[in-house]
Amino acid sequence: METRELTCIGCPMGCQITVELEKGEVKSVTGNTCPQGDSYARKEVTNPTRIVTSTVIVRDGDKPRLSVKTKSDIPKNKIFDVMKDIDAAIVEAPKNIGDVIIDNVAGTGVAVIATRNVAKA
Amino acid sequence: MLSYDIVIVGGGPAGLAAAVAAREAGTESILILERDHELGGILNQCIHNGFGLHTFKEELTGPEYAYRFMKQVYDMKIEYKLNTMVMDISADRVVTTMNKTDGMNQIKAGAVVLAMGCRERPRGALNIPGYRPAGIFSAGTAQRLVNMEGYMPGREVVILGSGDIGLIMARRMTLEGAKVKVVAELMPYSGGLKRNIVQCLDDFGIPLKLSHTVVDIEGKERVSAVTIAEVGPDMKPIPGTEERYTCDTLLLSCGLIPENELSKSAGVELSPVTSGPVVNESLETSIPGVFACGNVLHVHDLVDFVSEEAKRAGENASKYVKEGSKKSGREPIKFVATEGARYTVPSTLDVDRMDDLLTVRFRVGAVYQDSYVSVYFDNERIMHNKKRIMAPGEMEQVILQKKKLAEYPDLKTITIKIEKD
Amino acid sequence: MTYDCIIIGAGVSGSATARELSKYDLNVCVLEKGEDVCSGTSKANSAIVHAGFDAAEGSLMAKLNVEGNQMMDELCADLEIPFKRNGSLVVCIHEEEKGGLKELYDRGIANGVKDLKLLDKEELHKMEPNLADEACAALYAPTGGIICPFMLNIAMAENAADNGVDFFFNTEAETLKRDDDGIWHIRTNNGEYKTKYVINAAGVYSDKFHNMVADKKIHITPRRGDYCLLDKEMGGFVSKTIFPQPTKLGKGVLVSPTIHGNLIVGPTAIDIEDKEATATTAAGINDLIAKAGMHVNNLPVGRKVITSFAGLRAHEDNHEFVIGEVKEAPGFIDCAGIESPGLTSSPAIGKMVAGIVCDLAKPSKKANWNGKRKGILNPSEMTIEERNELIKKNPAYGQIICRCESISEGEILDAIHRTLGARSLDGVKRRTRAGMGRCQAGFCSPRVMEIINRELGIPMEKITKSGGKSVIAPERSKAGKGDE
Repeated sequence: METRELTCIGCPMGCQITVELEKGEVKSVTGNTCPQGDSYARKEVTNPTRIVTSTVIVRDGDKPRLSVKTKSDIPKNKIFDVMKDIDAAIVEAPKNIGDVIIDNVAGTGVAVIATRNVAKA
Repeated sequence: MLSYDIVIVGGGPAGLAAAVAAREAGTESILILERDHELGGILNQCIHNGFGLHTFKEELTGPEYAYRFMKQVYDMKIEYKLNTMVMDISADRVVTTMNKTDGMNQIKAGAVVLAMGCRERPRGALNIPGYRPAGIFSAGTAQRLVNMEGYMPGREVVILGSGDIGLIMARRMTLEGAKVKVVAELMPYSGGLKRNIVQCLDDFGIPLKLSHTVVDIEGKERVSAVTIAEVGPDMKPIPGTEERYTCDTLLLSCGLIPENELSKSAGVELSPVTSGPVVNESLETSIPGVFACGNVLHVHDLVDFVSEEAKRAGENASKYVKEGSKKSGREPIKFVATEGARYTVPSTLDVDRMDDLLTVRFRVGAVYQDSYVSVYFDNERIMHNKKRIMAPGEMEQVILQKKKLAEYPDLKTITIKIEKD
Repeated sequence: MTYDCIIIGAGVSGSATARELSKYDLNVCVLEKGEDVCSGTSKANSAIVHAGFDAAEGSLMAKLNVEGNQMMDELCADLEIPFKRNGSLVVCIHEEEKGGLKELYDRGIANGVKDLKLLDKEELHKMEPNLADEACAALYAPTGGIICPFMLNIAMAENAADNGVDFFFNTEAETLKRDDDGIWHIRTNNGEYKTKYVINAAGVYSDKFHNMVADKKIHITPRRGDYCLLDKEMGGFVSKTIFPQPTKLGKGVLVSPTIHGNLIVGPTAIDIEDKEATATTAAGINDLIAKAGMHVNNLPVGRKVITSFAGLRAHEDNHEFVIGEVKEAPGFIDCAGIESPGLTSSPAIGKMVAGIVCDLAKPSKKANWNGKRKGILNPSEMTIEERNELIKKNPAYGQIICRCESISEGEILDAIHRTLGARSLDGVKRRTRAGMGRCQAGFCSPRVMEIINRELGIPMEKITKSGGKSVIAPERSKAGKGDE
């Protein structure tokens, strides 16, 4: 039996939730005060995901950096792999919001897209 | 002298939303004045996600959220001037501007919308002892350097203050390869969102030390170490609790102050609690025809609420230009925030001028669990809403109905307070 | 090359001396270990022009204070820097100590201070409504004034440089000795400098150089003074400089408007060992606030403080300026122990030290010496029409960079490109005030960095706060892989 301690992010209460797991299966969720907490905790211990936002180097643009994000959630344990790809990316201006910067970042199947417009300098 | 029906000071989220709303309400002649070289304000450097859940029902980054409004401004062909500093606003609504091409210019405004935003509290106001080397940044300055200019302020970081900008910067610096050693927070609770504590600190194993402050900064040229210590209930450091962290950077995220230098020059009355203008139900300041919205009015937690408030300011400015000030002649009802509620926006209410519903926003002064937000019409309690949790970092609101207020023709005071039961 | 005269230190004393010597046909240079003028003791003090009633009657300090005070109007006009005789008050809060004021008055008269006046309670409170109720009498000195110490120091150095004095920055004098021909060899981190006369204006380090050559040793204690600077909102809290009655530790904690409209509170007086230890302490600041609060009502400290800082006074054990040639070291001239009222005295100090050099070197006067310096424009004092004319000629004056102090790009460009121009954020700040306002450079520092980068070609990653290792943003993100 494995137990995990979490802080719920649903509201400012920040309930301290304890999840008991056995062989990756959730056995119990305690400490939460609402159903939101229960579903948050189950997802967070079995399949935690995050959106990653950062910048990439943009050449010949009116700005030196282009802000980007993963188009959807990526597994939490892939954050630094995603950053490695983002750090290595160099793009040419112009770029517009929604343009795909990296197709399949760190093998997650998720694209990295531009979150602002950078015009040609 | 140039003249516009509505002059909006600031092209950030508040100014943009006010402009769009004023145009939609039928005002053609609108001018937005922005001091930076682009519209969008501080959102341009807030590249993290979490914006727009209320407004657009989807999660956007700061630049994406700003662009939604910028696009409307472009599409509606609303005029704006960039790289333009407003130097002065007079009580009779003459706005003095300056830029490289027009020099100093005076613009007569039918109505003015103040949307200048806020600034960060600097180190001086925190009275942190120690040296004054390079490497001490307000979190927002560091955010601009990293996200917009592409520079790293340092590699080993201590953060004082757990406001959302500080938390967000802990994650940003970490993702960019820096080591964030600790976040110290003077208060016994964080002013930041739980989600940010989990996703910006816990995800990366960054410790958050509540009831801690910086007691020494070392380094004559560049920061070399920062010492933090626990504070007692009197907020004074407790001797013997010092912990020293070697680092090259100290980020400060210790609160935001509405930027009201221009409001003051115009003679707008300010609230000592919010440092923003005192406004009525129309978000009109003590000077008729001068409206305020967004973080210049009071510091918001979510930009969605800024947009909503700015929309009302824009609509009311438009109405003012068309109809002038229609006061009912009746003494306005005063709001009183007490017993846990720190302030309200607005501060007064003229029922004849309100819409069917009025959102009154306020903040609490401490963390309250299982408590009630109570609203009293004079001495009669007419609202008693249970809240599981309220915290100073989050804005609260109550919604008043015109229909209900009509039942109280002699109402003098509306009191908002926090009650245990 | 052998200089006629080398000055160690580009603080107010060194710079004043350099300016005075620039009147003569002499090869003069200044060695400064900092990256700019005004990098040590001169940069952190009360910014006060003292009337001259404090120093002991007959002392050099008293003489130079009063002389310096009297020289200030003309000097500031010539150098185009702001100066205001706002007047000072020494306030008594204990009836039984009123006698001390009379003593000060008498000393002031003996020192040659003009227009001194003893005020009773009523006159006093009429003059300064925010004084503490206990304030029962005061000594009023209308000749007391306020000045910007950076500007005075910078302007004197600039004017000296314009008249031919060389300045070498980041150049730290390490040792010096006199050869058989009477030439002084000064070893620095940047090689050796030779000179006939050397002036020791090294501030808190002046004992070090004195003691290298003199038989009779002196001892300088760095006496730390903590200060708080308050928001301009509070600039009108008092109109005069408010002093408590002096004690043997000094003039005590003053509350004063600054020439730029802030309110300054300070200093403490804490003797320390480390000559670079300009760190403030919590105890120091708390002490300061407590003491300042005794003479005024409801001092708005707390959140109205925009910055706190500490300076080091070069306190000589006998509390007297040490100025003169060291007998056993011919050509070595001390300008040591310059602590308060050093800023006030500096023009007179410069004159006196230069006089000593001239007596020895007997130089002729330059025919084309120009003692006037063009100040950095202050557009906020112009009318809209004048300002528009300026912006039309030079659009950079239309772009505000520092929002708190309303400093334009034009002023910053001037600060960078003029004689002894700024090369760091602090250099720009001290010349223009950009970054000195209520947000303390949070807004303008990235913008000023861009201007320095563009104008001087210093890479962004190398731009410093104040020289040395004080780099602001040491590297590019993403390791700068794709950046040109």
